[in-house]
Amino acid sequence: MTSVEQAGLSEAAYTADEMMTVSAARALRDGMTCFVGIGLPSAAANLARATHAPSLVLIYESGTIGAKPGRLPLSIGDGMLAETADAVVSVPEIFNYWLQPGRIDVGFLGAAQIDKFGNINTTVIGGDYGHPKVRLPGAGGAPEIAASCREVIVVVRQNHRSFVERVDFVTSVGYGSGPGDRERLGLTGAGPKKIITDLGVLEPDPKALEFTLTGFYPGVSASAAKERTGWDLAIAPQPEIIAAPTPAELDALRRFQGHARSHQ
Amino acid sequence: MAEIVSLAEAVERAIHDGDAVAMEGFTHLIPFAAGHEVIRQRRRDLTLIRMTPDLVYDQLIGAGCARKLIFSWGGNPGVGSLHRFRDAVENSWPVPLEIEEHSHAGMANRYLAGASGIPFAVLRGYNGTGLEMVSGGHGTDPTIKPITCPFTGETLTAVSALRPDVAVIHAQRADRTGNVQLWGITGVQKEVVLASARSVVTVEEIVDELDPRPGAVVLPGWTVTFVAWAPGGAHPSYALGYTVRDNDYYVAWDAIARDRETFTRWLDDQVYAVPAGQK
Repeated sequence: MTSVEQAGLSEAAYTADEMMTVSAARALRDGMTCFVGIGLPSAAANLARATHAPSLVLIYESGTIGAKPGRLPLSIGDGMLAETADAVVSVPEIFNYWLQPGRIDVGFLGAAQIDKFGNINTTVIGGDYGHPKVRLPGAGGAPEIAASCREVIVVVRQNHRSFVERVDFVTSVGYGSGPGDRERLGLTGAGPKKIITDLGVLEPDPKALEFTLTGFYPGVSASAAKERTGWDLAIAPQPEIIAAPTPAELDALRRFQGHARSHQ
Repeated sequence: MAEIVSLAEAVERAIHDGDAVAMEGFTHLIPFAAGHEVIRQRRRDLTLIRMTPDLVYDQLIGAGCARKLIFSWGGNPGVGSLHRFRDAVENSWPVPLEIEEHSHAGMANRYLAGASGIPFAVLRGYNGTGLEMVSGGHGTDPTIKPITCPFTGETLTAVSALRPDVAVIHAQRADRTGNVQLWGITGVQKEVVLASARSVVTVEEIVDELDPRPGAVVLPGWTVTFVAWAPGGAHPSYALGYTVRDNDYYVAWDAIARDRETFTRWLDDQVYAVPAGQK
């Protein structure tokens, strides 16, 4: 057993998904501007705004800047995003004036597949592009969010299907094939700084840029994390044990999600 | 000046087999009633263009109206896959579907170029992505190319203009001379109407006079071909100030679309059996 393995914990009072969302919310600092993808990133960004980051500026690709939804939106274009926003702009404007020049601090993205250099696939899995085994939704705003935000945080469940040595299709570029690629490609943002999963937090190795596990949630073992990764996952020498969700965090998250469910 | 006609007449006169048709509305103001009328009139071989081909294009694709799809995100927002779209791409059902794929920034700029009357738009985008390959140099009809800035020498990305035959949008209101007003999340609707040769605008309400609205987009009647009164015509999407988004419907669509038989039954009951303008 490694030092980080913790066997025999009693059943947790929260789910792995809740821990992941809370962990992702903590990665956002108050006052940041955040370009938010739908799904897990949106839940985490809204949780951050409801707890420690009330001045977090949420920007959705539908053109809503400074949205303050009172419940979790199902889509990036729900009416309450427009009704609570500081400004609503057109779609060409949100990408050309707001995202492209590098005004946004952090891009918050999900993924279907992600590889050890943080490249994201949301396009096709298996087969070839013309005849894929699974056709995914595609790019949306992600390629330019990944290219132009000052930094990127990815929220994704960790398993053998999602964590692969090399993505089947590069929808959004992380570090490409390694050091120097972002510069060579002319990508202006710094790239993915964290991958937050249902097991812990991965950060790029400062030199090799390969994603390394730097934090675990309580009860997660190094062997479980390695087991659920499609590449030979490196573990930081002294990984952080990330604190369990506080009652306040859980309460805020469940209030949001309860609202979302009651609206479905 | 726009002609104010019934939805059935607008679709019949504006949209023909083989046309390139762009139905826009970014989650908000999606022209579902118009889409259903296109299905009802059994248009075929359409090139469907839309940034976010959500339920309305799942329905058109499943009904066999489309030959090609030009898009940037094809999912059921917050729910999951578009099963009819996937079945067409993965299994060519009911007919094969050619795809031309971009990012949102690329699609928005392609409409912007079309509206501006220039052949391409320039952005920082696509570098290092697979999209650069599948919609760029290797395709038979590339729509993404690198371009050198004539002032700085920097390499940027050019995307070709979109010039659809027909734009279809839903708006809150029009007046009796066909001036159109929409507000809330206005997406790319202005760009798509100005980029297209013809347009169909369905509206919640036709009024004597359009009073000014903060943040509203106004399309003067002389930029619009047909206006049709279709209250509730965005359902299950919504028209801010008139209707609310029917999130339950988006969730329920998943089960309807997952299976060819339940989908075909839905088409018969909810589209073919319903006269135009009724729901």
